Amino acid sequence: MSNLVEVRNLRIEATTDAGRVVDIIKGVSLDIADGEIIALIGESGSGKTTVALSLMGHARPGCRITGGAINVNGKDMAALSEKERAKLRGTDIAYVPQSAAASFNPASTIMEQVIEVTRIHKLMPPEQARKRAVELFRALSLPDPDGIGARYPHQVSGGQLQRLSAAMALIGDPKLVIFDEPTTALDVTTQIDVLKAFKSVMRAGGIAGVYVSHDLAVVAQIADRIVVLKGGEVQETGTTAQILSGAQHPYTRELLAAFEPKPRQAQAEASANQLLRIDNVTAGYGAVREDGLPLIRAVNSVSLVVEKGRNLGVIGESGCGKSTLARVIAGIHPAAAGDIVFDGKELQRAAGNRSQDQLREMQIVFQYADTALNPAKPVEDIIARPLAFYHRLDRQARSKRVDELLDMVRLPKTLRYRHPSELSGGQKQRVNFARALAANPKLIICDEITSALDTVVASAVIELLKELQRELGLSYIFISHDLSVVEAICDDIMVMYNGERVEQITPDKVNAATHPYSKLLFSSVPKLDPTWLDGLVRDPELVSQYGHR
Amino acid sequence: MKSGILNLVLKRLATTVVTLLIVLFAVFFATSMLPGDTASILLGQAATPEAVAGLREAMHLNDPAILRFLRWLFGLLHGDLGTSYANEMPVAKLIGGRFVNTMELAGITTLLSVPLALTLGITAAMLRGSIYDRTVTILSIGIISVPEFMVATLAVLVFAVYLRWLPALSSVNEAHSLTDLVRIYAMPVITLTFVISAQMIRMTRAAVIETLSTPYVEMALLKGASRSRMVLKHALPNALGPIVNAVALSLSYLVGGVIIVETIFNYPGIAKLMVDAVATRDLPLIQSCAMIFCLGYLLLITAADIIAIMSNPRLR
Amino acid sequence: MTMTRAAASGRSFLGHSYNLVGVIASLVILAWTLIAIFAPYIIPHSIGDIVDDDYFGPMRQGLWLGSDYLGRDMLSRVLMGARYTVGISLAAVAISCFSGVVLGMIAAVTGGWLDTCLSRFLDAMNSIPSKLFGLVVVAAVGSSIPVLILTLAVIYIPGAYRFARALAVNINTMDFMTVARVRGESTIYLIGSEILPNIIRPVLADFGLRFVFIVLLLSGLSFLGLGLQPPLADWGALVRENIGGLPFAAPAVIVPSLAIASLTISVNLLIDNLPKKIRDRDA
Repeated sequence: MSNLVEVRNLRIEATTDAGRVVDIIKGVSLDIADGEIIALIGESGSGKTTVALSLMGHARPGCRITGGAINVNGKDMAALSEKERAKLRGTDIAYVPQSAAASFNPASTIMEQVIEVTRIHKLMPPEQARKRAVELFRALSLPDPDGIGARYPHQVSGGQLQRLSAAMALIGDPKLVIFDEPTTALDVTTQIDVLKAFKSVMRAGGIAGVYVSHDLAVVAQIADRIVVLKGGEVQETGTTAQILSGAQHPYTRELLAAFEPKPRQAQAEASANQLLRIDNVTAGYGAVREDGLPLIRAVNSVSLVVEKGRNLGVIGESGCGKSTLARVIAGIHPAAAGDIVFDGKELQRAAGNRSQDQLREMQIVFQYADTALNPAKPVEDIIARPLAFYHRLDRQARSKRVDELLDMVRLPKTLRYRHPSELSGGQKQRVNFARALAANPKLIICDEITSALDTVVASAVIELLKELQRELGLSYIFISHDLSVVEAICDDIMVMYNGERVEQITPDKVNAATHPYSKLLFSSVPKLDPTWLDGLVRDPELVSQYGHR
Repeated sequence: MKSGILNLVLKRLATTVVTLLIVLFAVFFATSMLPGDTASILLGQAATPEAVAGLREAMHLNDPAILRFLRWLFGLLHGDLGTSYANEMPVAKLIGGRFVNTMELAGITTLLSVPLALTLGITAAMLRGSIYDRTVTILSIGIISVPEFMVATLAVLVFAVYLRWLPALSSVNEAHSLTDLVRIYAMPVITLTFVISAQMIRMTRAAVIETLSTPYVEMALLKGASRSRMVLKHALPNALGPIVNAVALSLSYLVGGVIIVETIFNYPGIAKLMVDAVATRDLPLIQSCAMIFCLGYLLLITAADIIAIMSNPRLR
Repeated sequence: MTMTRAAASGRSFLGHSYNLVGVIASLVILAWTLIAIFAPYIIPHSIGDIVDDDYFGPMRQGLWLGSDYLGRDMLSRVLMGARYTVGISLAAVAISCFSGVVLGMIAAVTGGWLDTCLSRFLDAMNSIPSKLFGLVVVAAVGSSIPVLILTLAVIYIPGAYRFARALAVNINTMDFMTVARVRGESTIYLIGSEILPNIIRPVLADFGLRFVFIVLLLSGLSFLGLGLQPPLADWGALVRENIGGLPFAAPAVIVPSLAIASLTISVNLLIDNLPKKIRDRDA
């Protein structure tokens, strides 16, 4: 056998809640050579994680491997008994999970869990295993490699846990490591450190890898070959360079196209008409101090202006206060200090004290359509409620308007009778948006509305938003951690760090950012260029000052 | 980190004290609502109105309720439980020996049922879906679905009527030897153990199954860990809080259980004492018994919460 | 997604899938409910009539379930007992769940001091063991049917409140609640239209569980002689009256016990085997 991994005609079926059996993997074949890293790329539901887990002979509860051969290092994982498979797990093949934070046992120390593989398979005495672990911590450039093992998982940051789980995977000297979206939950500045660490240890050890991801740019940095999956089938396979430059399959091209920045045509020069202005707004959590300000300030003296018909992007990493800012503007989280002026009138800080018209004219759309749509109601009820509440439309007029709104967000009218759980992620987000439109707002605050969507779906939603803006003359405040999204739709970009506004620039000047943090943030966004990560030079002082680590 | 735990525990204890006050207040007033005028009941039908009024005065029955409550509370703090109306003995003395009997019954039941239930619950979770698991589940559903007196009558039917191994009634005073003791305690303990264990098994099983579906248990599987290692090393330590809670909650069912069991088996404990006191409307006695039960119940619930707080690794 | 084959177990109807245990359990519950409603019209003898010259008579033609300790017809007494046990418990559980769920949702949506006070007070109520509470109250105000219903309801309000509040608090953190709030919706709309539809299934399951608890408590109280007073008798009281027949394993003591068990076990099994909504249908 020439290849380390040879998967032939793999079939996996799943049993649904209702007891129906569906095929989720329909005849997948792939090869991995010794020391080669391949990427499995695809949208959610494409079966990429299922395929990766099957390499360990594991199928999640409710799933079953029904056909095909999974040869790993000369053994057919599909045919082995559970006991024999357990022998290979951790030693031949290891796994790095998507959420390290959830995959570490909260009740035991990190070191204990990192060396557990050596205990289970009796690979080496614990003393030696601990030494080996510390070496790995060092190789993965973790801070305090000698002491970090004694801590409990909740005492360590997400980026560090992700690298620690790589150490946990590598301690058994595996021939193949499976990375399951290991950087998806991380901020971009953290993601770089993790990616670099992964790449260097894999290279140094000549270990083969499977890297599961939905992010083509991330994959381009680490994979030798890319396998594109959709609907449980392989669409296209090729070297990274081939896929990036000469993709054949339409779906792959679509993926690539979604990545292309589509700069917005400069909006007609601003009417110099301010729609929203906030001045020195401060908000936060915890006890109120003597000066009337909260103990922990999530938003610290931020000012901004949104002009009519123009869009403002707010960008920053998790914990920078951007979502709190959105909630402060909407009055969900009343500000402790500062003024909010909307359409020429001073707004009350709390939504409860604002007039119905003021509430109607400013709508907020949330990131997770799953929780933003009431799962117990059909789509038509969800969209019709603002119509009844704000516009007092009768049943017939409501029904007509619901059709129009569904049409506006490019959803078929037949969807109105469905419940949110019967819609796809993109459809849900469109319904979410249609509900905001139903109010006839002037300003829509979009809080990370594309973050939970697949790349292709997200870019379609962004296109829709642009169209609607042209038709309806709306303004958006667009909150995101994703520079490409903000670039695509905003006229101005405000960068936030640690609750403060550090810089505001226009999308065409992103490369000429002046504030050091903006520079670090913008330079950390992965590019569709396999040499980008290796060529990236970062000012270590900047990283230590602003990186979350 | 340490002070965080201490804070939570102190907060929990403070809650218990407040709850206790509310409960004592409720018990006091519920029993004050008992029908009939205590003074006239005590003096009998032939009493003159003057005598009744005099007694009312002497017993402070004319004082506002809140004052009587405070006086009662103050007495409690000094160990004064009042005097029984029925036979004019100090309540503390009436309760004393009976209290020990009930604690013995509860103690033996606990010692038996906790290890039994934990073993059954954890093994059922480990072998989820097996015939063993189904049997345990169905049996425990069956037992929690029927009233305690049915478990008791069934036990009498089997052990005393058909097998004739054990006497149907308990009388602690007749204990002369170890075998006597076993025979006396057996029926009440068997009944209570069934009732308590069923609840505990179900909750333990649920707690372990829930932790078995977490990502870190899947991670252990993907490290090649055996099924027993996944359960014992990864699931159990994290299910500890919920399990301890289940144990304490189930033990608090003892309170309801002993009331029935002591009555059925004529066991001389405080529950029996209280049921009798209700029949004679012996106010101070009812109050004290109710208070003891509520206190025991509260202590168990509080203990469960505190252990749950302490066993949370995130607070360590 | 392609459908390869339908699973062997379970059947579907109206977009729900059922299983056999659940169907049988609901039939038993339905049967007892019908008996509770129509008992006065179907009993062969009046419950007070002494129809047998022997007491604890065996099962035989005409006296299908034998006779009790006074020689009365057990079949009639058990059928009428269903009326009291099911009726009183149902009324009590309806009151306690309705009050508990409404209060719980209000507390979760309003928050603040109202939530704190309600929760503190009801938690304290919860720390009074239910049997004890029943014992004291019934002793205090007697055991007429309305008193029994109210007492049982009050005992289980804290539990229903706690359960509903916990569910509602979870729903309350959802973004659609925030959206509804900044739309300016009233508390009544938030409770009735946004929260209730999302918690109705677990609340109904809790309703069933609480019904079992109440049946058990009522039977326990009656067994202690503190429940329904003679000549009326619910199932618990029937067991108490006829406990003397235990040594002979008389049907008079066994049948009412089985009646209680069949009802409570059925409700528990039904809750564990509720019809599942089929969520992944292709539309």
